[in-house]
Amino acid sequence: MKVTELHDLPGVDLTVVQTDKFKSAILSASFLVPLKKETAAANALVPYLLRRGTEKYPTMSEISVKLEDLYGGTLDPAVRKRGETQCVGLIGSFLDDAYALEPGSNLKEAAALLEEMLLHPVTENGSFRDEYVAGERDKLVQAIRAQVNDKRQYALLRLLQEMCRDERYGVDALGSEEAMGAVTAQAAWEAYQNLLKHARLHLFYCGTASAEEVEKALMGLMEAVNALQDEKVETLTCDAHDAPQRGETVVEAMDVAQGKLALGFRTGGVRLTEGDRGPYAALMVMNALYGGTATSKLFMNVREKLSLCYYASSAVESLKGVMVVSSGVEFGNMDKAQQEILDQLEAIRNGDFTDEELESARQAVVNVYKSAIDSCARLESHDQTTAVGGVRVSLPELAREAEQVTRDQVAAVARKVQLDTVYRLVGKEGQNNGQ
Amino acid sequence: MVNKRYEKLGENVFYGELQGGLPVYVDVRPGYGKQFAFFATRYGGVDMKFQTADGWQDTPAGVAHFLEHKLFDTKDGNALQIMAANGADPNAFTSFGMTGYFFQCTRGFEENLRTLLGFVSEPWFTPESVAKEQGIIGQEIAMGDDEADTEVFYDLLKCLYAHHPVRTHIAGTAASIAQITDQTLYTCHGAFYNPGNMVLTVVGDVDPERVLALAGEIVTGQATGNPKRDYGEAEPKEAVTHDSRRAMAVASPLFQLGFKIAPPAREELLKTRLVAELAGDLLLGESGALYAELYNSGRITKNFAYGFEDYPGCAFFALGGESDDPESVREQFFRAAKEMGEKGFREEDFRRLKRAAYGDMVSRLDSFEHTAIELAQGHLDGVDVLSFPAVFQSITVRDVQDFIAQWFVPAQSALAVITPGGGEA
Repeated sequence: MKVTELHDLPGVDLTVVQTDKFKSAILSASFLVPLKKETAAANALVPYLLRRGTEKYPTMSEISVKLEDLYGGTLDPAVRKRGETQCVGLIGSFLDDAYALEPGSNLKEAAALLEEMLLHPVTENGSFRDEYVAGERDKLVQAIRAQVNDKRQYALLRLLQEMCRDERYGVDALGSEEAMGAVTAQAAWEAYQNLLKHARLHLFYCGTASAEEVEKALMGLMEAVNALQDEKVETLTCDAHDAPQRGETVVEAMDVAQGKLALGFRTGGVRLTEGDRGPYAALMVMNALYGGTATSKLFMNVREKLSLCYYASSAVESLKGVMVVSSGVEFGNMDKAQQEILDQLEAIRNGDFTDEELESARQAVVNVYKSAIDSCARLESHDQTTAVGGVRVSLPELAREAEQVTRDQVAAVARKVQLDTVYRLVGKEGQNNGQ
Repeated sequence: MVNKRYEKLGENVFYGELQGGLPVYVDVRPGYGKQFAFFATRYGGVDMKFQTADGWQDTPAGVAHFLEHKLFDTKDGNALQIMAANGADPNAFTSFGMTGYFFQCTRGFEENLRTLLGFVSEPWFTPESVAKEQGIIGQEIAMGDDEADTEVFYDLLKCLYAHHPVRTHIAGTAASIAQITDQTLYTCHGAFYNPGNMVLTVVGDVDPERVLALAGEIVTGQATGNPKRDYGEAEPKEAVTHDSRRAMAVASPLFQLGFKIAPPAREELLKTRLVAELAGDLLLGESGALYAELYNSGRITKNFAYGFEDYPGCAFFALGGESDDPESVREQFFRAAKEMGEKGFREEDFRRLKRAAYGDMVSRLDSFEHTAIELAQGHLDGVDVLSFPAVFQSITVRDVQDFIAQWFVPAQSALAVITPGGGEA
């Protein structure tokens, strides 16, 4: 596997991972911009409009026909959040040429289609088609509303909205329902122009082609975007707050059979950075030990030993310095479960964990990084995170760093982790204890 | 071991059998750092009534799933912890027709494989551990009751089937799992977890002979075969009822439109699956007229999917997602299916969609998990799943048109809808 990073043009980067391990290749393009309440919704709408129609393929059906020709390739809107950066663009996969039934170059065709979609959307009166804007906007409004359907994810979303109410991180990648509902064709067009002019464009490819071949296939796109870009593209930052900001408990009631308990923590400023990554490696191992695996403290105690819940897990947002715990609990057990979750963190702070638990956590983190090398999609995701964070670190390096984490480092980083906000989703009145 | 190369797919599979009868498949993938192992039994949510040497057994709903949870307990501790401590990422699932245990790792493969084969083969249940699990699974079931996507799917199956146990939740209910004892678990383990009813598949850069030898050391039981099962009275050919509707705490209506299909014979299984997928692609694919109409008019969203599924004794095709007007989606689907069933479709569309479906199936082999499960499922179904390129070649326009005309008709169908508005929990 050979990784090449190309930075020939000031506002356009390309990462090429050349490997013959996979039967399908991945190609993605993301505009990287600061996540902001005022612009998030319009930005998020843009890739959905680019996917609706181009000058050459004016309808979605025509784009689909082209993709089916590429052995069922995909090129779909991708709107992601990495720290306080919004990444909007298109991500696609297509069969590698080695497995095609007839000779041809899927890479060339896919790159041409990507360029067509990013730079030549179908327009009317100098803007996106009204019909497309109305359709995609309504669908995204519906998608934002539908977030409530998955209660587990919804509880985490609400937690972060509350906890980071005064920070850019509190904004969802799709923006709010109200903001999305208000986007006009004109506003979407301006957002698109703004992305082309001011946003860094990050491209990624993983497949059998060499860096030279990929660069050649994408050169037209890269040069065209470079020509449209202002001299300096927007810089990407992320404020990590070392200490808790709100310290509140938010309770919401809904018609549900099972309650959800979500806890948000600040990691004391520890996050994925370019400098000394020791504390970050320790945080990842600590997270695995605490609630990152099926053998973690939360799983073994809150679920297995006390049967207080069906699931209890923790996760870290690498760039922001936030850790969350998510749990599904009977309404009557909320207080007990919350206390137990906090007690388990206290135990780690006091070094109250076995060498086996520590080794198991270290190995879990190492395994996550090492197995990501064997997955196109996870290589792409890692590349996106490091591009946004301005961190040059490979997955094998992260694995090595995790392997070296000591018991003291884990306890020390756990002492830095502070509870900020609690979110509880409970049943409506008369549903006491649910069951 | 027998070596089979699938040139077009670039796959290299070894097959062997242990003395006790356990079939072992190894898909060798040079250059990969991770390994994946999958150990499965032909025993799932639908297998509630079955025959043992002691006669017919009638077990409560949810035993296969309960057993899956409890098998991780061993005399020496929890197998999940043992494997995790050794660097593996272990898990398990129970579907309608299968229970599978697996791990993925990047080191300690042989040790992890020993643990996997060992804990699945040697049950260790106590009344106390069963009682505790009833609490955990009770919560899992409560959580499932709030998952509208799953609920609307079961609502559909209840409309399509009169007796078949596919109508029943795989996890059972709080009441049904309360009846489970350690004895129930031992009986079911004894019946279904014998090498003749199981399969082991491994994907990764490993030595196939080593895998076979190692498996032989751990799995020492003898095959007693595939227990006879009872899935209830013969099903009527058509759907039992055509509509189901209820309210839950969701933002917009969710629906599943399904079609009851006669379960294909083993020889026809692979072909029927592909024909059904192509029929779906032609009628509902993103390049088609119906999709454009439904999408542009806002009647469906990006959260829309369709597919064919088959389990022992049943098969169905379902399409669904979010819609503010599921009834009109049904109407338009019937209109399009009728037209396509009668008039057919363009040869060019057929060839292009076949190509797309082919590329999709090849690409999916990049996932070790997918490949391992497919190989195991294929073995249990008695089909060679990697022979799909040849089966693709054999499918004609007529096959697909006939499928549409025969099955996508109102009599076979049911529409399940979950509307917003809470409802009494």
